[in-house]
Amino acid sequence: MTGEAQDGRLDGFTVPDAPRRPGEQAHFEPWTFTPQDLNRPDPKTCTSADTSEHASGLVRVLDDDGIASGAWHPNLSPDELRQGLEMMCRLRIFDDRMMKMQRTGKLSFYMRSLGEEAIAISQTMALQEHDWLFPTYRQPGCQFVRGRSMVSMINHCIGNVEDNVKGRQMPVHYTYREGHYISVSSPVGTQFSQAVGVAMASAYKGEDQATITWIGDGASAEGDYHYAVNFASIFKPPVILCVVNNQWAISTHRHFASGGNNFATRALPYGIPSFRVDGNDFLALYSVTKWARERASAGMGATHIEILTYRAGAHSSSDDASLYRPADEHEHWPGGDPIDRLKNHLITTGEWSEEKQIALEQQLDEEVVAAYKEAVTHGDLANGPWPPASTIFTEVYEEVPWHIQEQREELGK
Amino acid sequence: MTEMNMIQSLNSALNNMLESDPNVLIFGEDVGYFGGVFRVTDGLQEKHGSNRVFDAPLAEGGIAAIAFGMGLNGLRPVMEIQFADYIFPAYDQIVNEMAKLRHRSGGEFSTPVTIRTPAGGGIKGGHHHSQSPEGQFTHTPGIKVVYCSNPYNAKGLLISAIECNDPVVFFEPKRCYRGPFYGDPHNVPTWKGHQYSDVPEEHYTIPIGEANMVMEGDKCTVIAWGAMVHVAEQGIKDSGISCDLIDLQSLIPWDKDAVVNSVKKTGRCVIVHEAPKTSGFGAEMSASVQERCFYHLENPIERVTGWDTPFPHSTEWDYLPNPQRIADAIKRTQED
Repeated sequence: MTGEAQDGRLDGFTVPDAPRRPGEQAHFEPWTFTPQDLNRPDPKTCTSADTSEHASGLVRVLDDDGIASGAWHPNLSPDELRQGLEMMCRLRIFDDRMMKMQRTGKLSFYMRSLGEEAIAISQTMALQEHDWLFPTYRQPGCQFVRGRSMVSMINHCIGNVEDNVKGRQMPVHYTYREGHYISVSSPVGTQFSQAVGVAMASAYKGEDQATITWIGDGASAEGDYHYAVNFASIFKPPVILCVVNNQWAISTHRHFASGGNNFATRALPYGIPSFRVDGNDFLALYSVTKWARERASAGMGATHIEILTYRAGAHSSSDDASLYRPADEHEHWPGGDPIDRLKNHLITTGEWSEEKQIALEQQLDEEVVAAYKEAVTHGDLANGPWPPASTIFTEVYEEVPWHIQEQREELGK
Repeated sequence: MTEMNMIQSLNSALNNMLESDPNVLIFGEDVGYFGGVFRVTDGLQEKHGSNRVFDAPLAEGGIAAIAFGMGLNGLRPVMEIQFADYIFPAYDQIVNEMAKLRHRSGGEFSTPVTIRTPAGGGIKGGHHHSQSPEGQFTHTPGIKVVYCSNPYNAKGLLISAIECNDPVVFFEPKRCYRGPFYGDPHNVPTWKGHQYSDVPEEHYTIPIGEANMVMEGDKCTVIAWGAMVHVAEQGIKDSGISCDLIDLQSLIPWDKDAVVNSVKKTGRCVIVHEAPKTSGFGAEMSASVQERCFYHLENPIERVTGWDTPFPHSTEWDYLPNPQRIADAIKRTQED
């Protein structure tokens, strides 16, 4: 809406709004995209112009009935698909448990991946084990693919003595070097351009190692996004630049992140192939990421991906999303739910059943509860024991300088 | 007078200014429809329209740059940086641009931007939701720096900042939005009944550059700002020593008379801030007190500050200055 005319002045500048606010009927235009829409160009020769339809369209493999088809069908084995489903369910159950514990004060804060579980898990599965992951706070699922234990993750979230971040950062700011998962930082967007540097280092060293990074639609307004795309355009390192367009940045609708209606096409004038992908379609995400990895291995440089999805939960444990958007808006998302869609696909192909799903969820819930119980034996944020106060002073520098040593002695702990 | 917490008094200040000056605009991340993550701008968009109170893209450098431009062209923008930790993408616009515009243009141009930003620790915010970077702005000639501490001075100082024709960085101690903080995380009072929670609904100002004498005494001068004012108050009580407690409120410019007169009276000085010690504004205060009061000082000036480390999450109570450390410092200034 534009400003009201006052005192004979012209209407002000344009100020957008979200399409729907609390009290209004949630609604999205239905999608017309199908798995047959788009070809799969050769990643070794593709130009950005060859992906213009992919950037303005939507790469899909799963249709609304759970049938997989089209040029982007990755032909994963049933075991691989069941593994992906298991990890997505694990993440959702893990998130639920952490959120409950946050409400009891065992964690200071929490952020769920609700509705976005496919992203981190399928994309990490599509990469090689030594590829770098440079996540935001909403891709913790990568760690399941790379083998991190839930106990270790919970130790961090509850800030206890076993937290490998040593109680220094808020929950979900994981670091997991063993899994090539780079330490999460709160300032939004910073990792996006840093990832280009990580990839340039791999290229310099002559290693076949790709870097994937993510940024939200909201944070894509930061300069870091634009630095990343431009540097990637110029130096062509093996980087996969993903914009997770989940519609909301806390209360800020994507209309405030871009005056346009599409994030994927932004990369085309930079000469970077770009795709818009159904972010709740495990198979399409896997396939496009695999394509980008092949391109990186061929020395062809960056790929840019808009992941179209919906942030089904609140931003974090600190906000109530029903204060700024219709509370049931996520139920109207044309892309549905990523877990339901992969589950339905497996059932449709005779590789899964509702009974198995129920048993899986029960088993995962037991595993999460057991992991939680084990983690709290090392302390929690509410009751301690916490990492020792000496951890405040260490690793600020490689060696503790005298002035910090003095301060540590002054604290006397 | 109405009893208000700091969120309400800041909201009242913004509302007064939106009502009285059509050139006042408010923008920042989540400040519009939602009313801010701390609710400081709650209801203002509904009341004053989305052309005057609106959400900005997540781009702090861009927010500061458009504020610069608007201020240059006759408006009085009040921009919010959601957490002071996130001000650094805007640092170039503030330090190189806003701070120098008047000077670099030979006085032809200026930009009266107000930058509101919640700062400080005590909310389990870890590295990036806890910092208190006032020292990174007091070191920049051309911007004024204000740090409120209670509902009453928050409103009076914010109105002064908005009416000021120079750019002002206005720090709000988020730990104190809903109540004063005395350093005990297990005893968190609200502002109810506090001497500084009676706030006029109407416009009033507290001049930038004036300190507030919170308590009077004769054995030591304690200087603090932001949330540390209340922690220092507790520290003084715990020490059992009669002290002046000066809430500096304005850091640039700071109240020379209040500080110098007090130190000349007491002969002792303790400076408290939660930012790291090295190059913190306490260093400037300490040097200035030494320069101006050297022959009145009975003992070395003490600084009680955050450590020279990033701000921790689990162990934040070991990081923040607490009443014990402040009381010990006051006692050290009394030694023969």
